[in-house]
Amino acid sequence: MTEHGEYMLETRNLSKEFRGFLAVDDVNLQVRKGEIHALIGPNGAGKTTVFNLLTKFHMPSRGQILFKGRDITRAKPSDIARQGIVRSFQISAVFPHLTVLENVVVPLQRKAGLTTQFWRSGKALEALHGQARELLDWVGLADMADTVTVELPYGSKRALEIVTTLALDPELLLLDEPTQGMGHEDVDKVVELIHRVAADRTVLMVEHNLSVVSRLSNRITVLQRGSVLAEGDYDTVSNNPEVKAAYIGGQHAESA
Amino acid sequence: MNRTTILYAVLLALALVAPFGVYPVFLMKVLCFAIFACAFNLLLGFTGLLSFGHASFFGVAGYVTGNMLRDYGWPVEFAILAGVAAAAILGTVFGWLAIRRTGIYFAMVTLALAQMVYFVCVQAEWFTGGENGLQGVPRGALLGVIDLNNDLSLYYFILAVFIAAFWFIHRTVTSPFGQVLKAVRENEPRAISLGYNVDRYKLMSFVLSATVAGLGGALKCIVFQLTSLTDVHWYTSGEVVLMTLLGGMGTILGPVVGAGTIVTLQNYLASGAFASSVPIVLGFIFVVCVMAFRRGIVGEIHAFVKRSF
Repeated sequence: MTEHGEYMLETRNLSKEFRGFLAVDDVNLQVRKGEIHALIGPNGAGKTTVFNLLTKFHMPSRGQILFKGRDITRAKPSDIARQGIVRSFQISAVFPHLTVLENVVVPLQRKAGLTTQFWRSGKALEALHGQARELLDWVGLADMADTVTVELPYGSKRALEIVTTLALDPELLLLDEPTQGMGHEDVDKVVELIHRVAADRTVLMVEHNLSVVSRLSNRITVLQRGSVLAEGDYDTVSNNPEVKAAYIGGQHAESA
Repeated sequence: MNRTTILYAVLLALALVAPFGVYPVFLMKVLCFAIFACAFNLLLGFTGLLSFGHASFFGVAGYVTGNMLRDYGWPVEFAILAGVAAAAILGTVFGWLAIRRTGIYFAMVTLALAQMVYFVCVQAEWFTGGENGLQGVPRGALLGVIDLNNDLSLYYFILAVFIAAFWFIHRTVTSPFGQVLKAVRENEPRAISLGYNVDRYKLMSFVLSATVAGLGGALKCIVFQLTSLTDVHWYTSGEVVLMTLLGGMGTILGPVVGAGTIVTLQNYLASGAFASSVPIVLGFIFVVCVMAFRRGIVGEIHAFVKRSF
């Protein structure tokens, strides 16, 4: 089995049942190293469930998940983050009442091992501020460092979330609908950001907005009712008659 | 000097002269409950966990300290340490079992465990004195020299321990660990996805909180020379919730103000014609607090100062 080397993430016969309802049915997914892989499909297709299985927030009923050829099917969610897989959430996931800077310091302090010292002064964390500011600068949030995060506009929160994720320098980034609920301008910003992020990383994203998918992804997997309907690059997938049928009349047809 | 430093300097000065104007035992009671409430606030205000069983740590520490002083003749310092250690061990057991659940289920597990501890205390008369309580605990002498039977000496000792405990909680909250706790409180799934094994931090916070709550109970036993079933009763668990909410949860000074307010009210009402109405008045205050000023006394002052300046 030599092909393991090229797959960053692989699932084999991944299935998830909720009380008899088969939400994910026998999904075989291969995410190649260095690619932006998109997972699309109509509402209720099981995208988010697959996502939660991959990030270990749900346990699969059957099947295997391999990260760089290593079986992570039974790993805990906090463990996979340590191994190099970090996820984002559908609803912007920040720490709302911490400052923007503190949001980025939280992942950095875990890497630095500054997490259990309850007897140390908070000044110990200042050593990480330089690195945190650099990261913020990278997404243009350096000026907002001391703002309480809840006061940021939505697009900036999303950018903050992505840069918080980057603080862990993950090999594989899992993005759950990164442009959901955004206006055009913010979408463009986030697309550009993902593009930059993906330069030296592998990205798997769930995304509704097909124009975002077409601009970003190298490879697309279409899910329908829990199973893989089609897979390939954007042209292959968008010309697939089954995919067209699945989307016809759907809310996504016009954005394609 | 900034405003905070001035505020603390004034408070310290007041605390130092207070026993010359106010009955020292009353002040000591306030300080013991303030330690208890500060410990509770670490868990509720800074970790986001509502425990409804904190009286267990408060009461059991009191019983252990009392027994060590009265029946085993331990020096007062070691008796306090023994009480605190007992609270820490009990806190580890409670925490280990309870943190697997969240929200209301977490509160219910802690309440159930605390009820078990209560009924064990009712039965174990050899250790707790049962309905009569553990009475006649000698106060001992600090370092074998300073006689704590003198209310004034005891007051300054308790004040010193209170300041240490207050500083400890403040330090914990502002430490790297405290930052992790806030992150967990703010967004637990996010903290997990960033690689934090959140149960571990919750457990640490629970044990620290239980330990400091035990310190409050141990000191209260020495002040009143008594620990009774009231101290392990769920009513006391509820009281500390009320103190923390009334003062302002998640603020550093809130629990101290809350403890002061409640203890003052209890003393004031108990001596008047309304002795039997204490629970009614406290219940009323609780409702008003939750309905009208959720941030608590200190939280509201904070917000007011922030708005006005």
